[in-house]
Amino acid sequence: MSSPKCKDPIALNLWYAIAPLEEVLDGKVERSILLEQPIAFTREPSGQIAVWSHDGDGARPVGASLPVQERYGYFWTTLGTPDADIFAIPEYDEPDRRNIHAASFGVNASAPRLVENFLDMGHFPYVHTDILGAEPHTEVKEYFVERSDERDEILATNCKFWQPMASRASSGGADVDYIYRVPHPYCSVLYKSAAIDPARMDAIAIFIQPITQESVRVHMMLSLLDDTSTDLDIRLFQQTIFGQDKPILENQYPKRLPLDPRAETPIRADKSAIVYRRWLSDKGITYGVIPAAA
Amino acid sequence: MIKLYDYELSGNCYKLRLLMSFLGLEYQTEAIDFYPGNQHKSDAFRRINPLGQLPVIDDDGLVLRDAQAILIYLASKYDPNGKWYPRDDAALLGQMAQWMAFADGITATSSAARLHDGLFYSSIDIDAARAGAHRLFRILDEHLFFAEEAGQDWICPGDHPTVADIACFPYVILSEEGGISRMTYPAIRRWCDRFKRIPGFIVMSGVFPAGPGFTDAAGVAA
Ligand SMILES: N[C@@H](CCC(=O)N[C@@H](CS)C(=O)NCC(=O)O)C(=O)O
Ligand SMILES: [Fe+2]
Repeated sequence: MSSPKCKDPIALNLWYAIAPLEEVLDGKVERSILLEQPIAFTREPSGQIAVWSHDGDGARPVGASLPVQERYGYFWTTLGTPDADIFAIPEYDEPDRRNIHAASFGVNASAPRLVENFLDMGHFPYVHTDILGAEPHTEVKEYFVERSDERDEILATNCKFWQPMASRASSGGADVDYIYRVPHPYCSVLYKSAAIDPARMDAIAIFIQPITQESVRVHMMLSLLDDTSTDLDIRLFQQTIFGQDKPILENQYPKRLPLDPRAETPIRADKSAIVYRRWLSDKGITYGVIPAAA
Repeated sequence: MIKLYDYELSGNCYKLRLLMSFLGLEYQTEAIDFYPGNQHKSDAFRRINPLGQLPVIDDDGLVLRDAQAILIYLASKYDPNGKWYPRDDAALLGQMAQWMAFADGITATSSAARLHDGLFYSSIDIDAARAGAHRLFRILDEHLFFAEEAGQDWICPGDHPTVADIACFPYVILSEEGGISRMTYPAIRRWCDRFKRIPGFIVMSGVFPAGPGFTDAAGVAA
């Protein structure tokens, strides 16, 4: 790879999920794009996944390959040299969980806009009407947000929302507890009370693969406690939800997330969004954002 | 009972859910894993529809494919007032058939652009798909403008919407997902708003109900 199109060293040195493992087939070369860099991948006869960057024809330059890890049902790669491992989702390994790839969707929006929408409970009644929210239950109650510098992630806890149909396994409306984590500038994991066991939580993750500063592929992974629904039902439930978010995401302007604290009204930028923006700013992220004026 | 082979994010399946909702018809669905599973291309599904496409219905053993064909069948059989597909006026039959064929052109362009952007159908020529959709939208916008001038609300003459409106609506309203703005088609935007106010209107994922006043937020860049 000559000089990368993405000039953000922070973004270049992160790990990114690229495709679900079931879509990486023996001997078949698939192409994708990461941070404007065309990449290609295949599964080699040895069973290993190989990933490389190329100039647009997909051909594999002799000897060239990018780092690969298989995690959470996807393979991950990087264009740089990450100084941290892929973040942990310990729930993924619990034996009674269903780990399901819901879909990868293309969205004409920046990665940070997707993360911010994922963190926002306020839109549930209006965008996911009669599923994740319903009027008059529109209030976002007080919750806590903290930034753990030791783990380098954002944690929002004590979030509660009344939901008519919190998951595929729900049998009716319920007060649902939420916890949100942002362990990567372009990934987030939420935990919500599981329908079949209120003492435990379902996990839903979005792993965003920036294509350009204003377009992404988002991979959605579910790790659920549900012994009744089929994989297909679970996937379709999540796709329905995401299909409702998509036009909202694609109609947000400016497309890049403004990090200047004065840039947007605080109505959209609620508590967790303010912390997220500041965290991105402090990290010095420039890809997919409008940096705050120095 | 009618069974619809369905996929929530499919605008062509939505056409049938719309008509069945307008008619208050009960039906079952069988969810097909269109994406990412590609189940509509499986051998088992090709025995139901050799074209490997959604939607398909099975009504008591009658298996029909093609959204427009199914609209005609369902309206003819189940609309007691004969409003959605009036069959006694030769000119109107011709006009409805004309705009239903036009709707398939909207699928081939606007829906193709949406599949390219959202579901990574990389073999689609995105520029051609978008240009094709704009060409059709320009024609539909002009048609609707002159219809409005003549006091008509719907695509075909008469005081009630027809299957032609249902066939054209989904991939018009979802066009922005393929990067096709409706900003320059004001008559289309007004028609979309009227369509959303038809009693029995339902949404699909990506489509929002009519607002209190005239709204077609997705058509107007913020
Ligand atoms: N003319 C058909 C077109 C249907 C169509 O394009 N269906 C899409 C789903 S919305 C599909 O199955 N596409 C797969 C393909 O065409 O191969 C109709 O109106 O029903
Ligand atoms: Fe949402």
